[in-house]
Amino acid sequence: MVELVEIINVGLFAATLRMATPIAYGALGGIFSERAGVVNIGLEGMMLTGAFTGVVASQRSGSAWFGVLAAIAVGGLLGLLHGVITVRFAGNQIVSGTGINIFALGFTGYMSSAVWGSRGGSTGDVPGLSAISIPLLKDIPIIGGIIGEHTPLVYLMIIITVVSYIALFKTPFGLRIRAVGERPDAADTAGINVYKTKYLCVIISGMLAGLAGAFLSLGHLNLFAWGMTDGRGFIALAAMIFGKWMPFGALGASVMFGFADALQMRLQGLEELRILPPQIFIAIPYILTVAVLAGVVGRAIPPSNYKPYVKE
Amino acid sequence: MRSITKTFPGVVANDKIDFVVEKGEIHGLLGENGAGKTVLMNILYGLYKPDDGKIVVDGKEVDIDSPRAALDLGIGMVHQHFMVVPSLTVMENIVLGREPKKNGILLDTEKALRDVKDFCDRYRLEVDLKAPMLSLPVGVQQRVEILKALYRGANILILDEPTSVLTPQEVQELFKAVQALKQQGKTVVFISHKLREVLAICDRITVLRRGRVVETVEAAETSLSELARMMVGREIHFMFDKKQPENQRVVLKVENVEAVDDRGLPALKDIGFDVRSSEILGIAGVEGNGQTELVEALAGVRKVTAGRILLNDNDVTKASSGKRIQLGASTVPEDRHKRGLIMDFSVMENIILGSHDQPPFAKGLIRTNIKEVLSDAEKLMDSLHLGSRVRINIREVLSGAKMLVASLILGSRGKPTSAKGFVRLDIKQASDYARRLIEEFSIKTPDKDTPAQHLSGGTQQRVVLAREFSRNPKLIIASQPTRGLDIGATEYVRGKLVEMRNHGCAVLLISADLDEIWVLSDRIAVIYEGRIVAVKDPKKTNESELGLLMAGGKSD
Amino acid sequence: MANLTELKRKVSLKVGGLLRRLLRELKASVPKAVPQIIAILLAFVVGAITLLLTGYSPLEAYGAMLTGAFGDTFGIGQTFTQATPIIFTALAFLFAYKCGLFNIGAEGQFLIGAFTAALVGISFGGLPFFIHIPLALIAGALGGAAWGFIPAVLKAQRGAHEVITTMMLSYVALYLTSYMVNYPFKAPGMVAQTVLIFPSAELPRILQPTQLSASIFLAVLLAVLTQYTLCRTTIGYEVRAIGLNPSAAESGGISIKKGMIMALTISGAIAGLGGAGEVLGTHRRFIESFSPGYGWDGLAVALVGGLHPVGILLASVLFGALRSGGMTMTRVTHVPYDIGSILQALVILFVAAPMLIRYLLKRGGIKWWNS
Repeated sequence: MVELVEIINVGLFAATLRMATPIAYGALGGIFSERAGVVNIGLEGMMLTGAFTGVVASQRSGSAWFGVLAAIAVGGLLGLLHGVITVRFAGNQIVSGTGINIFALGFTGYMSSAVWGSRGGSTGDVPGLSAISIPLLKDIPIIGGIIGEHTPLVYLMIIITVVSYIALFKTPFGLRIRAVGERPDAADTAGINVYKTKYLCVIISGMLAGLAGAFLSLGHLNLFAWGMTDGRGFIALAAMIFGKWMPFGALGASVMFGFADALQMRLQGLEELRILPPQIFIAIPYILTVAVLAGVVGRAIPPSNYKPYVKE
Repeated sequence: MRSITKTFPGVVANDKIDFVVEKGEIHGLLGENGAGKTVLMNILYGLYKPDDGKIVVDGKEVDIDSPRAALDLGIGMVHQHFMVVPSLTVMENIVLGREPKKNGILLDTEKALRDVKDFCDRYRLEVDLKAPMLSLPVGVQQRVEILKALYRGANILILDEPTSVLTPQEVQELFKAVQALKQQGKTVVFISHKLREVLAICDRITVLRRGRVVETVEAAETSLSELARMMVGREIHFMFDKKQPENQRVVLKVENVEAVDDRGLPALKDIGFDVRSSEILGIAGVEGNGQTELVEALAGVRKVTAGRILLNDNDVTKASSGKRIQLGASTVPEDRHKRGLIMDFSVMENIILGSHDQPPFAKGLIRTNIKEVLSDAEKLMDSLHLGSRVRINIREVLSGAKMLVASLILGSRGKPTSAKGFVRLDIKQASDYARRLIEEFSIKTPDKDTPAQHLSGGTQQRVVLAREFSRNPKLIIASQPTRGLDIGATEYVRGKLVEMRNHGCAVLLISADLDEIWVLSDRIAVIYEGRIVAVKDPKKTNESELGLLMAGGKSD
Repeated sequence: MANLTELKRKVSLKVGGLLRRLLRELKASVPKAVPQIIAILLAFVVGAITLLLTGYSPLEAYGAMLTGAFGDTFGIGQTFTQATPIIFTALAFLFAYKCGLFNIGAEGQFLIGAFTAALVGISFGGLPFFIHIPLALIAGALGGAAWGFIPAVLKAQRGAHEVITTMMLSYVALYLTSYMVNYPFKAPGMVAQTVLIFPSAELPRILQPTQLSASIFLAVLLAVLTQYTLCRTTIGYEVRAIGLNPSAAESGGISIKKGMIMALTISGAIAGLGGAGEVLGTHRRFIESFSPGYGWDGLAVALVGGLHPVGILLASVLFGALRSGGMTMTRVTHVPYDIGSILQALVILFVAAPMLIRYLLKRGGIKWWNS
């Protein structure tokens, strides 16, 4: 008989936080973009490209942190691309995002072959990010085990969540973002540069997505596998909606999804449950996403309108 | 502004306009809808670029390419459709774009509040700074807009149709505020098509007609009729021939209806009235008192939370829009772009909207109601029986079976309309019908397949009318039917409404234009805060009494 | 006999008229196709640059693709075989799009439809082919329809964004079918696949020795049907109305919820039929991961095809060629196969912004007439 404590233990919750991190980054990126009025379906592609870039850069340079920076840069570039298509050329946001996703899959596969000879993923050693432990925090019973020791990017995620909240609701910058997203014409007459704001936000979302990808590949696996994001970009969007486009809400939702992910992995490993096929477990996060969108959301009204703003 | 010219596709909006405003005056810019007033001011505010001409401010020639540039020059604008961000607070809306900063990054809320309060006191404009915009009434929102312009250092304030959303009392308050602005040395440009108001408040008036300046006059030296003549170019008299109604029945009965608006706030509160055949009931009221929601509730696109709506004694409170169309209700919506027409559809496709799933436009597998289905099934049974002795009429059997299968697949609630079913459109019938209506209503279009967006506003409205009136409705709900139309189109629409009334139709007219209500209605109801507060005979009341009622006052 | 000649005359008149109309429409749509054609060209140019930057020769690569796709019978057969399922998924995307909905989960609906068709195909041994085949096809359509129905209802009733729900359900479909074919329905042996379907359920091969089957006829028929439904039936009218202006549609008595549900469900059914076609015609069984992403290709093809069935047919041949030619290209020149996906994505991105094309043309000094 399985001891419940074998499943539900400190390790599970620590893993939850780890699994939640890429989703949270993605969700935060999504919040910035959508609050400015640009739907970013391409988070998935930006994440994947970030994961790839991080590994390549890390391997070539020997520094994982350089890989992270490269991933952020590339994510930002893709964000810029999305921005150019949707803001400057008033292209359809969903089509553009989907295009970026398909591009990422193809591009990373292609470059994988070019760099490592196989489209499946990276070969050879990849310097990864090592975990750090926070001295005092680690020693607190139970909680210490959960949050005491993680890759710095996990802690960064929490910091960025707080920063995002402050930025959006306590600074003029955030005020303008919200105005631009909700009533670009009003923002325009108030003298705000609508285009610049949208560009900025979509680039930020790309950078955060790239960061998410970097965490995914360099954070604890230290490799790149084709398609390794596996839909997390979309789950991030669901987390954003579930969190009602608020940073802390999105964080909470991401933790929930992270929990599902962590749980699924643990359940898979259990002897007793080996009769059940792995597919059931793997599918949990996706089913959960659909359930979330179906149940909680009801009529989730996004905080902005998505029509491209075309000035006379 | 000298010799300003601006053209849009197909239209010369401003044609070599000379417009001069002196410092410290209240200058009225008068003209009908479409005369070019807003375009001219948008150029001044940097939202449009003129094709030709120049602008001189304080003696210096300037090039205004954005609202920011305009604001830098001290030109501020309060638009007809407020440029407010609903979810932000009043204070946030006002400081947007010029936010005071703390430590360089954070928003200094306290300073913002202090600064804005300063302005409020100086110009005697009272507002609750911490309230979210969307909870405020329209008159207050307008005050916020004015404050916004002042906060940015505007010395020249352009007010675009400021009174279209105000009650007569609120208009008086606005006038007081404008006078206060003048006393503080500000210059005001007052754009309007309302003769009386412009004459009352302005020092000088410039009249525009069809994109050109007619004349600039001193308010003290002109009169209402002179201004009207300048504005329109001819005497307007629309007198309509109204038949005496006979055998009037109640067609529409609204009882204790309640509904909420898009924000969840109550829009209709225990509203009740009725409309009889062969009459036009005009509902007068300032925009925002529930008219939009009323029309939507009657049309079947907004849920009613209490009360009943009866159409010719049928309870349609919960009926779908399609059902109501079936029962004889036609709606001319207030926004033909949003609810009236599908711009990308052709004229023909728009004309059959609402009847597209009915014969004669739909044929093939047709839904019938349950009684017909059963009788068809019986006939089918009979024909099979006969088949053993008499030669089976294969066609009959097949059509009977088709009917049965169709209603089995498509459900059995007996409603003759639905989206289900691969029912064919009879293009020939639709085309013939469309051509007929195009001629009947003089719809100016190259052909029936032209997309609706290529038509002019007046023509588009004709398409809507053609569609709605040709269904032989028992009830017509006309909401702001002449909004945005020129004189000719307006006359046509009003004439048509009277025509339908004379033919026995019940017409519910909702309009923000009091003159329109006056001219057309047999009875006038006043709506205020979601209720009907009075029903009057136009012959027995006057404008000030109506104005008072529209503002929530009580008449004796 | 007088009757027969009369009949022949009437028929030929009708057919002549139809052909003439078809030609007229084709001629009219050519100028409209300019942005798509330019998008394709641009994509190939950018693709060429990518190849150069990574040390391959674009001429070699594209050349190998071309010969691989159209060089011999086998190549042509492969091209059209690959094109067929893409036609289905593209039509599926198109139908939902006309209603304003983005069905990016066509891949999942495709898989489910494929599996349900396979189920019928491997059961019911004694049926004659003219019952077995339609039955299997219907099963495929119903499976896809069900998979489209779920997000449809969620969208209509709960406002759940169909982009995310269809995407998630795609993953679920992937794992669900993977489970099915690894456990309950696994055929003996190492490969995760079902047993072969009964011969009575097979769609005939039409071009030996390739895998091209009658499902391509089904695809073309469906393209015609889709166009007809959209333009000549009430449900098509309502779907388009909802897509263009939901408020006006609602005022015109159209039920938006029902319309949306119908649109997504039908969209799923079309994709499911595509899956059925693949199982019954090409593979004759359900194999795990048999779809190299036909759902995604469908999206690209729908866009490149200018969201019109005729364009879709043409564009699907292009993408089919990319796939079949791509395999040859990789074998011969060792250029990674993924260049095809990159080209596909580039086309999507260029097509996403028509104004971009106009801008580039202006920059290049080419005048482009307004479509």
